[in-house]
Parts: sequence; structure tokens; C-alpha cells
Amino acid sequence: MDHLELDDLKTLLRECAGVEEGVDLDGDVLDVPFLALGYDSLALLQTTGRIERDYDVTLDEEGLDEAETPRDYLALINRALSARTAV
Amino acid sequence: MTTALAEHRAPAHTVRPAQATSPRTTATVVTGIGVTAPNGLGTEAWWQAVLAGESGIRPLTRFDATRYPVRLAGEITGFVDADHLPSRLLPQTDRVTRLSLAAAKEALDDWGDDVAALPDYSAGVVTASSAGGFEFGQRELQALWSKGGQHVSAYQSFAWFYAVNTGQISIRHGLRGASGVVVSEQAGGLDALAQARRRIRKGSRLMISGGVDSALCPWGWAAHLAGGSMSTVTDPARAYLPFDPAAAGHIVGEGGALFVLENGTAAHARGARTYGTFAGYAATFDGPGTDRLADAARLALADAGLRPDEIDVVFADAAGTRDADRAEAAALSALFGPHGVPVTAPKTMTGRLLAGGAPLDVAAALLSLRDQVIPPTTGTRRPADDCPIDLVTAPRDGMRLRNALVLARGRGGFNSAAVLSQGPGPQ
Repeated sequence: MDHLELDDLKTLLRECAGVEEGVDLDGDVLDVPFLALGYDSLALLQTTGRIERDYDVTLDEEGLDEAETPRDYLALINRALSARTAV
Repeated sequence: MTTALAEHRAPAHTVRPAQATSPRTTATVVTGIGVTAPNGLGTEAWWQAVLAGESGIRPLTRFDATRYPVRLAGEITGFVDADHLPSRLLPQTDRVTRLSLAAAKEALDDWGDDVAALPDYSAGVVTASSAGGFEFGQRELQALWSKGGQHVSAYQSFAWFYAVNTGQISIRHGLRGASGVVVSEQAGGLDALAQARRRIRKGSRLMISGGVDSALCPWGWAAHLAGGSMSTVTDPARAYLPFDPAAAGHIVGEGGALFVLENGTAAHARGARTYGTFAGYAATFDGPGTDRLADAARLALADAGLRPDEIDVVFADAAGTRDADRAEAAALSALFGPHGVPVTAPKTMTGRLLAGGAPLDVAAALLSLRDQVIPPTTGTRRPADDCPIDLVTAPRDGMRLRNALVLARGRGGFNSAAVLSQGPGPQ
């Protein structure tokens, strides 16, 4: 697979870190900051580790720190995935 | 697994009658109880099982134990994780933390007030731990060695750790006051309560304290077995027989109890229902060839300002090996005289719960004082002749129960003793 959709990310977040009480992950969350969704840096570290493992890709740590919403995060990951495909 | 973390244990010589007019005049009372035990989930379910003599010791189901010399445990069954924890906490918690969070929630619900309404930093958590999140740790070590570092959970960074129960309880309930963890094996549960009492005396409004423990995974089992004092008897009813002539070691279980502790004056002012007072405590350490359990008991009584004849029941450590049982019986005889006080060990129905063992005994002691009944020791029918104690083998009522002594010994020489007293205590 060379592209991650929002639904894929939601599934991974659910599996890696669960869902915070009072958060509707099925709602419009693309631009909601991860912190507001209840996902701290450790939750994202766990999720990122899983993606790197499953997709055999290495992600840019600094970029990950700056990805504050699912939209930023997906963009970062998909850039890495297409770069990998291009090689 | 017997290294003291957090703060140092109170040296026994700090027990000084001259301090009677210091903060000591303010009692520390128990106003909430939460229990997870192999023979009952929740305080009242467990207490009814204890009074009925229902044992939770049975063949292990958590993993395939057929290749091990011990296959019995006090295993908690019927605990559905998702019923007690939000999904956000499931990937980051070991079994021991899940049980702890359930017990803490019950204790706070039992306490009944709004913890969020307390002043910030006024409420804290001190728990005892003896193994940390062992099962979680085993899983991640297996992943590390079989698949590589990328397969290790980011949550391993804390999920295995001794302080994890304290931390997760603190986060879940917003308890940001002075907190810590105490590691002194089976004695730790009393040491944690004593540490919580010190925090109350220093001004904390409320403390969650006690201990819940669990290490029923192959790695934990190997550690238990290495201790060398587990019973290899295969009959669940005959495997753990403290003070019995046929005592052959102990069974290990999981679970424990957590409490809400408060300043007695504050609890009284809000008209709180109290289970009793944490009235006395002391800890000693065995020297080479020197058993100092009796000293711990004596010092705890002195701390509570009580004479031995004012203690109405003793909850024994009940190690279940002949030498340790003889030593405990000798300590009790020295203090109370042979057969001088009713002695019970309801842990014969759960096994030894490590850091959770003594807190569960404290819960039993408090409910004994509430209901005026001594719960039974099961298994052992008659103590050995060299254990001259009045062992309670059927629920006993009809006498006045005002003060209970709880004893706990931790592997490596830890001795701790606590006195629980009826009522809110001196205001």
C-alpha cells in the first residue's frame, strides 16, 4: 500500500491508543488537533511505530513533531510513502 | 523486588510517646474502600465470600501452567477489562494497573464526594508494588527478542514500572498532590498506608492508598518459583495451610485493596461515614538470625497508644512455611500470651497477594470492626502444637471488636504492623 486514508489512520489510532472518552473519532476530525482528540505524543509515537513497521518506511521525526492534526500527519506519511514508491 | 523506592521507611525508633501532642492528635480515617480479590470483585461481594469461606484458589487459567511445579493460584476471574477502563487506557496498561484502577474507582465512589472540588494539589496517591507490570513487560521483551525493537510498545516506557498504578490513578482522577510508590514486597501495603498517613499529617486533604498486585504470567511465575516457598500441593483446599502441621508453603494470588484516607477532623466536619482509624503503624527489619516481627507489632501498638489486651483480633501474615509460622506464632505469644488473642488469616482464600495482601487484610479488619465479626481462616483446621495461637477457623462473633492488628512480612526481612481502630478516633 502506498497511500494512507483518514479511515486507515482512525483504525490505527483505535488499535494503538484507543479512543478518549467524549471524543467522536467518526466525526469531522481531519483538522482537529491530536491533543483535542486525546492523543498525546506517546499515542502518536506508538501509532507511528506501527506504521513504520507495517509499511516498511522511516518517517521524519521533526516533521512528526510538527504534525498537529490528522491532515498534517497523513500528508507527512503519504509523502514518505510515495517517496518510497518512487525509488 | 525488595528495594525501597520513593521515601525511606520510617525507622521504628520514630515512635515516641512524647509526640502525643503533635499532629498525631489528628486521626487518619478510612472513608472509602475498593477491593479486587480472587474470591470477589468489589468490597461487599468479596466480604460476603470471605465470611462464607469461599476460596478463590484454583488451577491457573491465565497461561498454560502444566509444565510448572505449581499450577494453583488465587486468580481473579470474571474481570472484564472494558467494563472498568476506557479504550484509551487498554493499550497502555498491564493487568495490575487495570485491577488497580478498578479498585481506586470503587474506593472513590464509596467515599462519595466530588474529588474535582478539592483544592488542587491537596489529594495524592501512594500505592505499594512488588513487581510492576510484569505481564506487559514479558510481552514486550518477547517482542523485542523475537521481532526486534520496532515491535516494542511505546507504552512499555511506563506500563511495567512500579509507580505505574500510582501514576494512572493520579491521572485518571486528577489527584495531583504528593504521591509515591513503596516497594517492600508483602509488607509494602502497610508501608504505603503509613506513607499516606504521613502525607495527611503534613496537610494533604485526601490520599488514595493501599496496593493491588498481579504477576500471573510465565515470567512472573518463574520469579515466584525462584522464591522457593511456594506450595507444590495440588489440592486447592490443602495447598496453603498456614500454622498447620502440614504447612508446605504458600499460593500466590492477584488483587488487593485501595482506600480513601482522610484527616479525621475534616472527615468529621463533613459528616463522613468512616470505616475506622489507621491508628498505629511500625516497621522493623530482621537482622541476621534475628526475627523482629514482634517488635514491629509492639511498636505499632505503642504508636496507637494501646495495650496488648486492647487488641481484639490479629490478621496474621501467615507465610505458610513451618519456620515462618513458628516465628509468627512466637511473636504473637510474646505479645499476647499463648492463645491470648483471636488470630485469623483470610488470605488462605486468596493466596498471598504480594503488595496487595496486607491492604486486603486491612479491608477485612475494617469490615470486622464494622460488622463485629471475625472472618475465618480456611484450610487449616487446627494449628500445630508449636504454634500456640487461637486460630479462628469459622466466622466468630459475639465479642466486642474495637481494635485490630494487621501483620505483614516481606521477603528479605521487612516486617510491618498496623493497628486499625473502630470509629473516627480522637478529634
